[in-house]
Amino acid sequence: MTDAALANPPTIVPFLKFGADGAPYLEGQQCADCGEIYTTERMACSKCFSRKPFKAVRLPTTGELYTFSIVHRSYPGIKVPFVSATVDLDGACSLKGTLVDVTPDPEHVKTGMKVEVVFRELEHRNKEGRTYVSYFFAPKKG
Amino acid sequence: MSEDVYVLGVDMIKFGRFPHRTIDGLGAEAALLALDDAGLGIKDMQALYLGNVGHVTQFVGQKILQQIGQTGIPVVNCTNACASGATAFREAYLAVKSGEFDLVLAVGVEQMGKGLLGNAGGGDDGIPREGLLGSRLMPALFAEVGMEHSRKYGTKPEHFAKVSVKNHHHSTLNPKAMYQIETPLEEVMGAEMIAYPNTKLMCSVNVDGSAAAVIASAKKARELGMGRAVRIRASALTSDRFTQRDLTLPDFNTCTRDAAKIAYEKAGVSPQDINLVELHDCFATAEIVHYENLGLCGEGEAGAFIDSGATWLGGKVPVNVSGGLLSKGHPLGATGIANIYEVATHLRGEAGARQVEGARLGLTHVLGLGQACAVHVLEKV
Repeated sequence: MTDAALANPPTIVPFLKFGADGAPYLEGQQCADCGEIYTTERMACSKCFSRKPFKAVRLPTTGELYTFSIVHRSYPGIKVPFVSATVDLDGACSLKGTLVDVTPDPEHVKTGMKVEVVFRELEHRNKEGRTYVSYFFAPKKG
Repeated sequence: MSEDVYVLGVDMIKFGRFPHRTIDGLGAEAALLALDDAGLGIKDMQALYLGNVGHVTQFVGQKILQQIGQTGIPVVNCTNACASGATAFREAYLAVKSGEFDLVLAVGVEQMGKGLLGNAGGGDDGIPREGLLGSRLMPALFAEVGMEHSRKYGTKPEHFAKVSVKNHHHSTLNPKAMYQIETPLEEVMGAEMIAYPNTKLMCSVNVDGSAAAVIASAKKARELGMGRAVRIRASALTSDRFTQRDLTLPDFNTCTRDAAKIAYEKAGVSPQDINLVELHDCFATAEIVHYENLGLCGEGEAGAFIDSGATWLGGKVPVNVSGGLLSKGHPLGATGIANIYEVATHLRGEAGARQVEGARLGLTHVLGLGQACAVHVLEKV
């Protein structure tokens, strides 16, 4: 087996990581002083300005739909309609994403609904032929 | 304390689509209109501040002077997304306020294509992020801000739609607006859905346009005559300070509240003193949230405020009597100065059929995604 075959799949965002067991998760960067969590690496905390090294933390997989829009018109080639969602992850940061597994209309999508982070393979493949992985939100089951 | 600063001349071209004209030609036309309005020439200007988004790396300000008079004055090309024109106007104001110059020109100009604004967000891998990671397109971002208001206060799609009905109505009275068409509520709500709850008629119109203003020191304004001068009572510009979700969903509210607070304090006035407002209705949802952000009504009251008719021409505080970005059109870099033109025209009592009677104080607001928020308070002399 080559190294490439052993490596984790390519991802759509750099903060999507894989555990030792190969399971995907989202990783945040937590400020050592104020505890604010970001999904991007940074030089300092934009909330408290601390320059202490950030701590990598696993982001929770559950949250609440803070707000959304149902997008009916987008660029050519982008499948519509889809639900553009802003989710507050439980006890962590907020995160932008697409809400799936729900009928994209205002009767089925409600602010405040509980959601979970799910990981899906995309149709896209990289040069080595490996399938990209991204995260989505889905209504929380149960 | 330094002396007051005045708008001596201000004008805009009728907004429209001019694909066969040049960006500098469009800007030059507004520059000459504003100079004519002030009764001055380019030889009288000591500096030029230019606001633009799409062509800003191409020395648009200098190219305008190459069309109307190369006097060798300093030129600053400003870009700040949809606040670019207001930023250029503010830089011009600050230059005069500082005492460096007595007469300067601010020009805002934009030449746009049709269609959606935003970024599909393809990385090195060529995979568009749009649709995969939600939407970064403007209609969706501002729709999400509207839905946040709905979540907090129960605001309904009808409330947002009424903004469009009002602004399209206002534009029927403005010959310089892109459109002069009435759009009843059923038509607005029944139009093609772009990003729920914003339908096509609830999205601003991408147009080409330009606007310009001649800004003068008190000394120069006295010398030239104050007859049609408009006093700049306050100028405020903010960016996005840290707030809980700003890095996920751009926070258009906080930077607007911050800029409004600074502007009201500098002007020494309260929102109740303002007679008319031109605010950044890039989408119908935006106008609703800005009623509260600018203090025109109380928290959570924006839905009832539009229902009451307060923001219609003839109401308590008419908002976007020009037709707003929704119907006058939104040429990004020109918008901030076109708003100044609209308010100044009312303060001068020259707004014709859409004149806000007895207007003494007016406010302009623009918001550039990223974020840049500019608020100006203008006063009749």
